[in-house]
Amino acid sequence: MATVSPSTRAATPAEATRPGRFGPYGGQFVPETLMPALAELIDAYDVARHDPAFTATYDTLARDFIGRPTPLYHATKLTARAGGAQVYFKREDLAHTGAHKINNALGQGLLARRMGKERIIAETGAGQHGVATATVCAMLGLECIVYMGEQDVHRQAPNVFRMKLLGAEVRPVKSGSRTLKDAINEAIRDWVTNVNDTFYIIGSVVGPHPYPTMVRDFQSVIGRETREQSLAQIGRLPDAVIACVGGGSNAMGIFHPFHADPSVRLIGVEAGGDGVSTGRHAAPLSAGRPGVLHGALSYLMQDGDGQVIETHSISAGLDYPGVGPEHSWYKDSGRATYVAVDDAGALAGFELLCQTEGIIPALETAHAIAYAAEYAASRPSSEIIVVNCSGRGDKDLSTVATRLGVTL
Amino acid sequence: MNNQPAQHQSRIGATLARHREAGTMALVGWQTIGFPTIESSRTLVPALIDGGFDLIELGVPFSDPQADGTTIQRASFEALRQGATLSIALDTVRILRSDGITAPLIFMSYYNPILSRGLERFAIDASEAGVDGLIVPDLPAEESDALIDALDRVGIDTIFLVAPTTPQPRLRAIAARARGFIYCVSLTGVTGARQALPSDLPEYLARVRSFTNLPLAVGFGVSRPEHVASLRGIADAAIVASAIIDRMEHTPPETHVQELRSFAKSLRNAADGVS
Ligand SMILES: Cc1ncc(COP(=O)(O)O)c(C=O)c1O
Repeated sequence: MATVSPSTRAATPAEATRPGRFGPYGGQFVPETLMPALAELIDAYDVARHDPAFTATYDTLARDFIGRPTPLYHATKLTARAGGAQVYFKREDLAHTGAHKINNALGQGLLARRMGKERIIAETGAGQHGVATATVCAMLGLECIVYMGEQDVHRQAPNVFRMKLLGAEVRPVKSGSRTLKDAINEAIRDWVTNVNDTFYIIGSVVGPHPYPTMVRDFQSVIGRETREQSLAQIGRLPDAVIACVGGGSNAMGIFHPFHADPSVRLIGVEAGGDGVSTGRHAAPLSAGRPGVLHGALSYLMQDGDGQVIETHSISAGLDYPGVGPEHSWYKDSGRATYVAVDDAGALAGFELLCQTEGIIPALETAHAIAYAAEYAASRPSSEIIVVNCSGRGDKDLSTVATRLGVTL
Repeated sequence: MNNQPAQHQSRIGATLARHREAGTMALVGWQTIGFPTIESSRTLVPALIDGGFDLIELGVPFSDPQADGTTIQRASFEALRQGATLSIALDTVRILRSDGITAPLIFMSYYNPILSRGLERFAIDASEAGVDGLIVPDLPAEESDALIDALDRVGIDTIFLVAPTTPQPRLRAIAARARGFIYCVSLTGVTGARQALPSDLPEYLARVRSFTNLPLAVGFGVSRPEHVASLRGIADAAIVASAIIDRMEHTPPETHVQELRSFAKSLRNAADGVS
């Protein structure tokens, strides 16, 4: 099956009202210094995505470098264990570098090269986006600097080493909560300082316009393939699509191509941390209110004074107080439903997938798996559920071992 | 929309007009609310004014200060640890006004604390407290209509930043919305003291000048008397922020009044061309 280039997407109704807005959400809340760079990026991306040479290069590398299309896998053992609806996995864990992040890093890396920007910066939480960006930069011959919260440098050590092997410089960020949020702050400060020669490859559907749209477009390859594969392998569309939500890129990537299919339920799973009721979590759609962080208006975890709250999650990739603005719009408009799974639930989901299917998932993904197993159990066996298996779990082995009381 | 600056002469406008008529340069100083303590600005703002600052920016601390370098980041985090909030910043202004401070007081706040309070409510509370202007470093002109409307209604100046990267059409659009003065970011970067100011500053300021008659205030990196001196004749005001916090970090709190007054004097002399 051929992959489909990013240029084929249709604008959503929300976007049609004003570019970069999803209902009231989105926008460009950044220092003036960056506004001209965003305008340049909007123009360059718009030209690139309509340029057959650009999309052909993307499609070829998506096939030969990333290994697309990734399979749609019928998880029969997990299905039997859950005892309800049929569970399928979209196997983004099989993409090169082990997660969906590379779909976006490749697209933005090609755009940076086309714009003549040779210095790339990125932020990373779990390290998957950092690794994906470092990989693309190595392949394209671009300089790569990755900002990573100090806490994440420790809990995702294997990915730090991978980035270094790939020639990237990893800069630990010591401010604030020393996680993904602070890594984005530091990347923005770098971009403000070096905007003339630097391209910022953002790793999720967050940030100022055009990032939420552009990242969603590059990640939509997941949903387009899933749609075609469902029709080809199952003969119909799924009844529900489930994905974990950190910034929301793997979720929006698989959701968006189904947004005009009302029979397909879209369910996003946030990180419940110690439990949403404890306040120690990373679930802004479940328990936040709209606010501005990192360039966009979206649901945000904040206190009564508008200060951003520290988040808690076993998973570095979901440990973020904000979320992509299009998800906020999907929530308010009712197009998608958002739920939370806590750390303990995610660990159970992690073990469940290892034992039933022989797949070790990323801890981020494990949140979606845990909810999918519960949801499947409540649905008839005639229904089809697709879970975005966003990444593999090698990076998380030490975190899981510690939680299970095992010394490696 | 919002292309008509307020008709009244604000306290900011009057202060800068006075300097322009006298052919002198105004100085804008800085305090982060809550640094090093919640009470400290009550004595340090008067010290800055005594020493020769004409307008004071009051930094409302925020958890995610993206446009700030390490100095103001540290002050901001410490201020949050001290419990500083937007409400406390408003209280501080009330206290300063009741102490008889008449200099223009300008809030510098990231957008979310303002949005969280509600634009209308912020405008009313700020004007009752005695705030004269608001600078929002993460709110570009495109996103500012609602805020300008709310602040115009209570006579608070919405102050915009321009940067060396701002192209001419944007300069025109920003100048049309600007109230009070135009905050000219001196360099491509975040806040923080620098060794030297960019050498192309005169051309950049001339470019901004060609789009507006509003006063031009230059900030980011302005940290030494010689920087201030170099702005004479090309800017209406110099903004000094991180350098003040640097001084405070390197001296014991009980000397801050003295330190800031003498630092302000050295900058005032530089602004006046007195050596
Ligand atoms: C495997 C995996 N899934 C999900 C995420 C969360 O990001 P997003 O919500 O943008 O997909 C991450 C982020 O690091 C990840 O590595």
